[in-house]
Amino acid sequence: MRDISMDRVNSTRDQMLETVKSPTLTHEQKVATMANLADSLLEVLDLPEGLDELLNAPIDKQCICDLSEGHAPLRPRYIIPDYEKFLREGSSFLRLEPAHDLLEAMNNLLIIYKNVPSVTNFPVYVGALDKLLDPYMKDVDDETALKLTKMFLIHMDRTILDSFCHSNIGPEATRAGRIIMKAVAETCDTVPNVTMKYDPDITPDDFAIQGIETTLKSAKPSFANHKMFVNDLGEDYVIASCYNGLKYGGGSYTLVRLILGNIAKRAKNIEDFKKNVLPYVLDIQARYMDARVKFIVEESGFFENNFLAKEGLIHREKFTGMYGLVGLADAVNILMEKEGKKGVRFGHSKEADDLGVEIMDIINDFNNNHEAPYCEATGGHYLLHAQVGIASDIDVTPGTRIPIGEEPDEMIDHLRVLSRFHKYFPAGTGDIFPIDTTVHKNTDYLLDIIKGAFKDGLRYLSFYASDSDVIRITGYLVKKSEIEKLENGENVMQDTTALGMGAKHNGHILERKVR
Amino acid sequence: MERYPVNKIIPFSSVDGPGNRTAVFLQGCNFDCRYCHNPETRKLCTDCGDCVPKCPAKALSIEDGKVVFDYRKCVACDTCIKTCTHDASPRIRWMTPEETFEEIKKQVPYIRGVTTSGGECTFYPDFLRELFTLCKNAGLGTLIDSNGSYDFSKDPGLLKVCDGVMLDVKSWTKEDHAKVVDFSNEMVLKNLKFLAERHKLYEVRTVVVPGLFDVEGTISRVSEYIKDFPEVRYKIITYRPMGVREKYAKEMNPPKKDYMNQLKIKAESIGVKTVVLV
Repeated sequence: MRDISMDRVNSTRDQMLETVKSPTLTHEQKVATMANLADSLLEVLDLPEGLDELLNAPIDKQCICDLSEGHAPLRPRYIIPDYEKFLREGSSFLRLEPAHDLLEAMNNLLIIYKNVPSVTNFPVYVGALDKLLDPYMKDVDDETALKLTKMFLIHMDRTILDSFCHSNIGPEATRAGRIIMKAVAETCDTVPNVTMKYDPDITPDDFAIQGIETTLKSAKPSFANHKMFVNDLGEDYVIASCYNGLKYGGGSYTLVRLILGNIAKRAKNIEDFKKNVLPYVLDIQARYMDARVKFIVEESGFFENNFLAKEGLIHREKFTGMYGLVGLADAVNILMEKEGKKGVRFGHSKEADDLGVEIMDIINDFNNNHEAPYCEATGGHYLLHAQVGIASDIDVTPGTRIPIGEEPDEMIDHLRVLSRFHKYFPAGTGDIFPIDTTVHKNTDYLLDIIKGAFKDGLRYLSFYASDSDVIRITGYLVKKSEIEKLENGENVMQDTTALGMGAKHNGHILERKVR
Repeated sequence: MERYPVNKIIPFSSVDGPGNRTAVFLQGCNFDCRYCHNPETRKLCTDCGDCVPKCPAKALSIEDGKVVFDYRKCVACDTCIKTCTHDASPRIRWMTPEETFEEIKKQVPYIRGVTTSGGECTFYPDFLRELFTLCKNAGLGTLIDSNGSYDFSKDPGLLKVCDGVMLDVKSWTKEDHAKVVDFSNEMVLKNLKFLAERHKLYEVRTVVVPGLFDVEGTISRVSEYIKDFPEVRYKIITYRPMGVREKYAKEMNPPKKDYMNQLKIKAESIGVKTVVLV
C-alpha cells in the first residue's frame, strides 16, 4: 500500500467529523459515508499513468469518474444473485430451508435482500418477482396474495433505503405479475423499481396495458426491449439498479464513466478529438477498470469468501464490467462550436447527430478491441453503459440523451434521434417521458409508441404522469414530497432522495418536456 | 396533381381514434357549430392580407395577390388566426395525397393509423380516397372524423379504404340541429344508420351544452340506436369555451361533472357497451 500525505488524512478526518454531526443524514447514511471516507485513504490499485489528471480534476474538467466505488473495492459494484436457486435450495449460511409456500418464500427473500452487498450497500436486484412468486401463489386466493404482496413491497421500501433497487416482471403474463402490478399501483413507493421485459410476440397486450396503467400511477414499470436484450446478452439477462442489463447469477465488477463534454473541451477540433484526445482517455479508463477488476477478483477475496459465491448463488464467470459514458450531447455541441457551427446542436441537426454516431462508433470499436480481464461472460469485453449522471453533475447530459430544455417539439423527432443510440448499450440506456394524463387517457397510445420504438431499435423507455408524486429522476425513483422534506432540513429514509434533490437543482429533472 | 388545403398534421395523437395515430386536418366546413373550438378551420383564406404584416415570425407574405405561408418559419403563436375576420387561416399547406402520405410515413412504425379531420374532411373525397389507398398499402388504419353531411352511401370507393367513421350527432331533432349548426341533420342520421349497418361506424360523438338543445333526448335516442352495434363507442364530450368565438361563448356554459356522469350512466343503462366521457 502506498503512503499518503498527512494533509489528506486530516482533510478526510474533517469530513468524517462533519458526517458525524450532519443534521440531515440518517444513522445508516452516516455509517455508509464514514465507510467510504475510510476507504478513500487506501491506495492499493495499480493505477495507469495519466489517470490522476483525468480523474482527480475540478468538476468542469474531470474526464473520468469512478462513481464513488472506493479506492479498494471490497465487493463487485452490482450483484445479481440466483434467487430461484435460493428459494429452491435455501441457504446454509443464512440457515434457511427451501421455501415451501408463499409466506416462506417472501420471508426468505426479505432475509437474503439484507445480505446482498453492492456499491450502495443495498441489493440492486431483487429478482424476477413474478417468476419467483407465481409458483407459490397457486394455493393462495387473489385477496390474500395481494395483501401479502403489498406487505412484501412495503417491507422492501422501508428497509432497502436506496432506490437503485430493481425487480423484473414479464415478458410472459402471469397471475403473480398482475398481482404485483396491482400492489405496485396501490403502494406507489420508490422501492423496488420495476422493469417489464416486453416482447410483442410474447407479452399479451392487456398485460402491457396494465403495465402502462401502473406506471402512470407509480412511475414504474419501465419497459425493456426483450428481443434486443436477449440478442445482446442471452435469455439469462436481468435489469438491475437504474436500468442496467446484466447476467443472472453474475453482475458487474465496476462502472466507470467518461465525461465526454469535458473530454471534448481538451480537443482543438473534431479531428483532434476523434484521432487523439478521445482514444487517449478511452485507453486510460479501460486500464483503470482493468485494475479495479483485477483487485476485486485477485485480492479482495470476495469470490472466495462471500456466501453468495460459496453457495453458487453467484458465479465469478458471469460477471462483467460496465464501461460508462455521459454527455454525448455536450461533446457534440462543444465540438460543433469549436468548428464555428454554434447553431448545429445535438438532437436538432442531422450533422450533429451523425457526429454523435461517429463518436459512439469509435468508443464501441475501442471497447470491442480491448481485452477486459475476467469478462468471459461477455466475450472478453466490457459492456457499454449510458450512465444517467449523479446529483453533483452540472451541465452534464446523461448518457446519449438530448438535454432537458432542448427536447424536440414533436415526440417523434425526439424518438428518431434516440433510436440511433440505444443499440450501443447492452449494459443499459434509457429515456424518460413525463406524460400529461389529462390529455392522454388512451393507454393504447403509449403501447403503440412502445411497440414502434422497439421496432425502431430503442432499448428501454420509462413514462410517468407529469403530476405524479413518485417520479423517475434519471433512472431511479424519488418522491417529490420526500425531496421537499429534505429541502426543509428533515431526515428522510432513502439516501436516493438526496440524489434526487441534487438532480432537481443541478439537472433540472422537473423541467423535462411533458408529452 | 391536385392539391388540397391541409390545416395541420399532428404526428402523434391520442385523441383521434384507437391507439397512436397521425391526425390530418383539412380546411373548410359547411357547418357553423356554435361551440366550434377551431372556427379558423371553417373557411378558405380570401387573400385579404390583413394577417401578413402582423406575423411576428415573418412566415406570411403576399405573392401575386395571394397570401403565402412558410410553415418552416411559423412559431404557432396564432396571431394570424386572431386577426382573421373570415373564420379562416392563412396557415394552410396545399398538399397532394402523396405529399401528405410522406409526412405520415415519418411516424411509421410508431402509429397504428391515420385519422382525417377538419374542418370537414369529406369536402375532399378524392383526396381521402387517394390518401387512404396509400395508407392501406402501408398497413395503416384509416378513420374519418366527420360531421356527417357527406352521403357516404354514394361513395363505396371511399368506404372500401376507410376502416370507419367517427360521426358527430350534434342533436337528434331537426329543429334542435338547426339551433346548433344552421344545417339540417337529415343526412347525419341517414349516415348513422348506413355506417352502423355496414360496420363502418367507429364512434358517435355528442358535445354537451346544457340548454342549447335537448341533451338528454339526444343521448337517449343515439344510445337506443347504437346499442345494437356493440362495436360502436359513444363519446360524450364536455363543452369547453376555449377557442370558441366570443359572441357564442358568452351564451353557453360548460356542463357540470355530475351531469356528465349521469349522461354516461343513462347511455350505459340503455345498453351502449362503451361510453367515453371527455
